[in-house]
Amino acid sequence: MIATLLQLVWSYLKIGFFGFGGGYAMLSLIHSEVVVRNEWLTNGEFSDIIAISQMTPGPIALNSATYIGYEVAGVLGSVVATVAVCIPALTLMMLLTRFFLKLHNNRYVQSVVVSMRPVVVGMIMSAALLLIFPHSDDGRSFIDGWSWLIFALALLGSAKKINPILLIVLSGIAGIIIYWPQ
Amino acid sequence: MRELFNIFWSFLKIGAFTFGGGYAMIPLIQYEVINNRRWLSEREFVDLLTLAQAAPGPIALNTAVFVGYKERKYLGALAAVLGVVVPSFVIILLVAIFFNNIRQNPWVDAAFRGMRPAVVALIVAPIVGLTKGMHWALIAVALAVALAVWYWGISPILFLVAGALVGILIAAYRGKGVER
Repeated sequence: MIATLLQLVWSYLKIGFFGFGGGYAMLSLIHSEVVVRNEWLTNGEFSDIIAISQMTPGPIALNSATYIGYEVAGVLGSVVATVAVCIPALTLMMLLTRFFLKLHNNRYVQSVVVSMRPVVVGMIMSAALLLIFPHSDDGRSFIDGWSWLIFALALLGSAKKINPILLIVLSGIAGIIIYWPQ
Repeated sequence: MRELFNIFWSFLKIGAFTFGGGYAMIPLIQYEVINNRRWLSEREFVDLLTLAQAAPGPIALNTAVFVGYKERKYLGALAAVLGVVVPSFVIILLVAIFFNNIRQNPWVDAAFRGMRPAVVALIVAPIVGLTKGMHWALIAVALAVALAVWYWGISPILFLVAGALVGILIAAYRGKGVER
């Protein structure tokens, strides 16, 4: 139990500390910790959490910490993981704010931000690849032609700036109609 | 004390209504922090966004720390972070407890089968915008990172650290003879 809690803290400290580029870029980091390294979730469960996260308020990093913490070690686990994911932002941002004006025009800071950008874009791409072509059959995102149709329509809707929550809800309704339980 | 509560309350509202995360909540923060409470000027807000995006961690959390710290130092930052975290924490905990019991329900399963490909679409969509205007060599770097993380399961942390180092080297190289 203690070992699991410590592992949760360590994983979510890493996710909080290296979570550059916001939401979707953090997904590949969360995936790497939660699905690949610790095997706390399958690919399918991971995808479900993203869907839940889109429908509930709050950043996905926080949502996943609370959810996975609970899955792995109950309420205590969810508290521990949520606190852990906040600590890096809390300390780093506090330092940055203190030295804010000095750092703002610092050429090192600007250069680091620029050179990390392709990595952040790559991380978003890998999150997409991980869900489209998972390494195991456990919980595939695409199971038949309907999946690809929903994917294409959602992509179109997203390009048209339709609210993502609405897209998720609509595709859920489509899922119920298509995969109507017998 | 009253000011601390105001900070907590404002960020509680922001935390409770930021569906979809990240950029979707910027207008809400803007309204609360600039128009409603007058904690920041427009100019300071732009600086804050730059900083919040450069620093690791969710933008909502980074914004909370910045505003809270600026208003009331450590306690202010803590009050703001608590405000952002509490709504998401309570809701997700309820979902986690509840969802465990209904996951096997065939209707819920059918709905999630429909939602999974849509989730992938939401992740794919911003890639197009992000790569637009990017140099082809940088896109190649992004693709290489994506392949390494996806195919070989290499941790993205490695590439982030490498990217930061490259940035530091470039700045040091350019800085030579230019400044001082």
